[in-house]
Amino acid sequence: MTTRVFSSGIRRREDPRLITGRASYTDDIKLQGMAHAAILRSPYAHAAIKSVDTSGAASQPGVIAAYTGADTAKALNAIPCAWLIPNSDLKTPAHPAIATDRVRYVGDAVAVVVAETRYQAEDALEHIAVDYEPLDAVVSPKGAAQDGAPQLHDDVPNNIAFTWAVAGGDTDAAFSEAEVTVSDTITLQRLIANPMEPRSAIAQWVAATGELTLWNTSQNPHIARFLTSVVTGVPEHKVRVIAPEVGGGFGSKIPYYADEAITAFCSMQLGRPVKWTETRSENYQITTQGRDHIEEVEMAATSDGKITALRTTVYAGLGGYLSTASPGVPTILHGLMYSGVYDIPNISGTVYGVFNNGAPVDAYRGAGRPEATTLIERLVDLLAARLGMDPVEVRRKNLIPKFENGHDVATGLTYDSGDYEATLDACLNAAGYASLRAEQERARQEGRCVGIGVSTYVEICGLGPSQVAGAVGFQGGLWESAIVRFHPTGKVNVMIGSSPHGQGEETTFAQIVAEEVGVDVDDVEVIHGDTDLTPMGWGTYGSRTTAVSGAAVALATRKIKEKSKSLAAHLLEAATEDIEYADGRFFVRGSPDQHKTIQDIALMANVAWNMPEGMEPGLEASAFYDPPNFTFPFGTHLAVVEVDPDTGQIDLQRYIAVDDCGVQINPMIVEGQVHGGVAQGVGPVLWEGAVYDDDGQLLTGTMQDYALPRADLLPDIEVLSNTTPSPHHPLGVKGVGEAGTIASTPAVYNAVMDALRPLGVNRIDMPLTPEKVWRALRADQNGG
Amino acid sequence: MYPAQTTYHRAGSVSEAVQLLTANEGAKVLAGGHSLIPMMKLRLAAPAALVDIGHIAALKGISASGDGLSIGALATTGEIAASDLVKERAPLLAEAAAQVGDPAVRNRGTIGGNLSHGDPASDPPTVLAAMGATLNVAGPSGERSIAASDFPTGLLENILEENEILTSVSVPSVPSGAGSAYVKFPHPASRYSVVGAAAIVAVEGGACSSARAAVGGVETTPTRAPSVEAALVGSDLNGDALDAAAAALESDLTGDPMSDIFASAEYRKAMAVVYLRRALGIAASRAG
Repeated sequence: MTTRVFSSGIRRREDPRLITGRASYTDDIKLQGMAHAAILRSPYAHAAIKSVDTSGAASQPGVIAAYTGADTAKALNAIPCAWLIPNSDLKTPAHPAIATDRVRYVGDAVAVVVAETRYQAEDALEHIAVDYEPLDAVVSPKGAAQDGAPQLHDDVPNNIAFTWAVAGGDTDAAFSEAEVTVSDTITLQRLIANPMEPRSAIAQWVAATGELTLWNTSQNPHIARFLTSVVTGVPEHKVRVIAPEVGGGFGSKIPYYADEAITAFCSMQLGRPVKWTETRSENYQITTQGRDHIEEVEMAATSDGKITALRTTVYAGLGGYLSTASPGVPTILHGLMYSGVYDIPNISGTVYGVFNNGAPVDAYRGAGRPEATTLIERLVDLLAARLGMDPVEVRRKNLIPKFENGHDVATGLTYDSGDYEATLDACLNAAGYASLRAEQERARQEGRCVGIGVSTYVEICGLGPSQVAGAVGFQGGLWESAIVRFHPTGKVNVMIGSSPHGQGEETTFAQIVAEEVGVDVDDVEVIHGDTDLTPMGWGTYGSRTTAVSGAAVALATRKIKEKSKSLAAHLLEAATEDIEYADGRFFVRGSPDQHKTIQDIALMANVAWNMPEGMEPGLEASAFYDPPNFTFPFGTHLAVVEVDPDTGQIDLQRYIAVDDCGVQINPMIVEGQVHGGVAQGVGPVLWEGAVYDDDGQLLTGTMQDYALPRADLLPDIEVLSNTTPSPHHPLGVKGVGEAGTIASTPAVYNAVMDALRPLGVNRIDMPLTPEKVWRALRADQNGG
Repeated sequence: MYPAQTTYHRAGSVSEAVQLLTANEGAKVLAGGHSLIPMMKLRLAAPAALVDIGHIAALKGISASGDGLSIGALATTGEIAASDLVKERAPLLAEAAAQVGDPAVRNRGTIGGNLSHGDPASDPPTVLAAMGATLNVAGPSGERSIAASDFPTGLLENILEENEILTSVSVPSVPSGAGSAYVKFPHPASRYSVVGAAAIVAVEGGACSSARAAVGGVETTPTRAPSVEAALVGSDLNGDALDAAAAALESDLTGDPMSDIFASAEYRKAMAVVYLRRALGIAASRAG
């Protein structure tokens, strides 16, 4: 009997190669005859290009070619946006791979040099002459939408790319009848994704076969193939995209970038493989960033704390151009989540997607949901403060009661299953909430600033039903497929269309196969990331890979199991309906000694010496899984902070996470996801933020300036979980990749504001840097 | 991330290093490389030549010298942080060195490189200014010694003549019975000091007999604090006395405080007082 590994925290098989430096990333690949590209980038956030002269570069040592936007425009289509949200008057101004007449953010591509070495290419960039005419820039997403603001695209008045609305109930009536209202303006600043591995691309065009191979740091190589075909014109069946080891993405490796197209263009022009790898400085300037919301929000309630309505106006910065998924992030993934875990009958939101002179903004871990959860959870705390109620009691009063199979909210979504109060209670118990509040009271009497913050959240994962994808303008499907192939020796390859890049599915998907058909987990190898080796899939993002791709693996394995039963029946000379399965053995009911192991079956199916009539040889199955609904994980997080009033420094002292992500395949990996997610959500509260000056210059251009979360600044994260299976999912799983990021931002923000409230401070824009806190406290002391 | 082309020279001795610097117009000295190489990678620096002094044995090591210490220019901050000799004779220097960067930086970055680069947010210059250390340099016209507080002359600038090299640092011991401390407010990203404060207080008969203090990160060079020292000497070092002494720092901060997106000049000045007060409190508690 094999040891059951499903729901067990077995070690990640990915880690030995990753932590010993044996993994091979895109930039590690060296091809025969490979040349190197370096891209000249605009130093201006907004400027007209009068001329570009590459002749000085072309004569530099080692230089093979230099190209401008005029060259690429002849060969490449514009970089597409692939989430065309409906009913929003969406404008999609052209995004050329290399700018031709205007640059719209610092880092916009202006020219490319290909040389024998990267050093030679970089040196040659200094010999390209560009005549710019600087234009006024605009950075604030709200400022960019005002009359008179600098215009980025001639055909996009007020820089407003789209106006999207969500409405349920009668919000205006609810506000006019409200006994209490609270409001705030919440800024969710731009964030830089900071994967450990920067982006990279190698393009290899073989004219003799008409085939283009692209090695690329992609979270979704099948989408990259599709869009490479669209942009280069090479037919899709002649394009192969390989995402080798990918060192994190956090959303920033979802989009199809100009850089990949430029690299492909260079290879197709020169007939040589061409590599381009971004520097960390480029990563900071050009790779898509997250958030950039200004949210004007208000909540209506009864005087006993029952929420009656939520209303928002959101300005969502998009950067200089639309990125692949950017319109969908602040709308579908944001506005539809406005009900949170609460029963809010009236909801109305308006989201303006606004071009501004910064790097394009797209999905970043949580993608829209942290921006929603933060505003909801902040308003709930403000409501509690207004009413003099404990913030936990306001939450409890408004939570959607436990449901196991569907609950409709005012934004139109149907949540799958939830038991929100259970995670709230579990979190409060683990924290010792009552004694924490008592300690806080004692601390306050000693003049110390201690705060406790809670956030209760629900998120939308497992994207999603393809029919819904189409309805909301996503220019693709959202199903996943898998092939499970048993070899004669009983070893198994699983080919998946999704593309894990750190999440551990090489381990967890092996656990699924082991659970379904009883093979040893070490006998299963998961193959992903190569469009020629794997079946179609839409990629790894939105906490969807285990939820969607994992379901396909389970369903394919179940087909294997059914075929194995039939084959076992034939070999055991029994009727199929008399065959039972347990622990990797197929046996005749009542006679467990008369059995065939899955290995016996795999051997016979592959040699096919003795097959039942009509049964095809081989033991391989594929499954295509299109989820019937999204999944909706949820939970409660609690943070304890102490603020030093002399300096404004914040010490995060305790953090408790209770998440319910449905059935857990590997609790250790779940815990790791929560740890990383929490760190990434605490970052923007306390430290992180991309800062542009008024001219659109990135002031946080290096890791010396951009403060990432660090292990020594975080407490031990206490991780607990509940399990409410998703009713519609074959394994009951929901997804956990983003939960920590979604919950922790409001939990820690609320904790700091809880600490400062007695001192008269109710809001500070994130990140809560020491000086901002210090100034807020002094403003209050000075009667401000 | 791709430095411009340069020429590499390795010096076997101090005199050879000086010769190489003299012979190569625009050459820069390379030691641990933890300030220069990042600037070259960002193409903020593009020296025509590098003179690597990292293999000159005479510049290495930490030794006792009279009552104090002699620290070779190539001693790494990690070596200084771990040195029993430094912990015994200049404990606040070890305390500061242990707070520089991270282990990788401390294992490569040298005290000589640190001081010569002259980042105003660096920790060792503040401590050495407070301690009254002396920097020894060699150049085309021979050797000379410079007071640590005279060495930096501005943002990333120092008093070195052309082709001079910092060779060692002479550090006097902290007086016996004195307490000392170095506390810093690290920038959350760079870990450089937003403010760093060094304090040494000696006590005789219940009163402060001598005191030295300096803060870094506020002005473009370390700020010595004679007003603070004057307020401390003769006081009983109780809380009120330390409050008053730290507050006296305001009159020593005569230059233009630095300002950036993380900390304004006003905030830096205020934090300098807070952190110096903390350093004084710890130093006083360690005295006697």
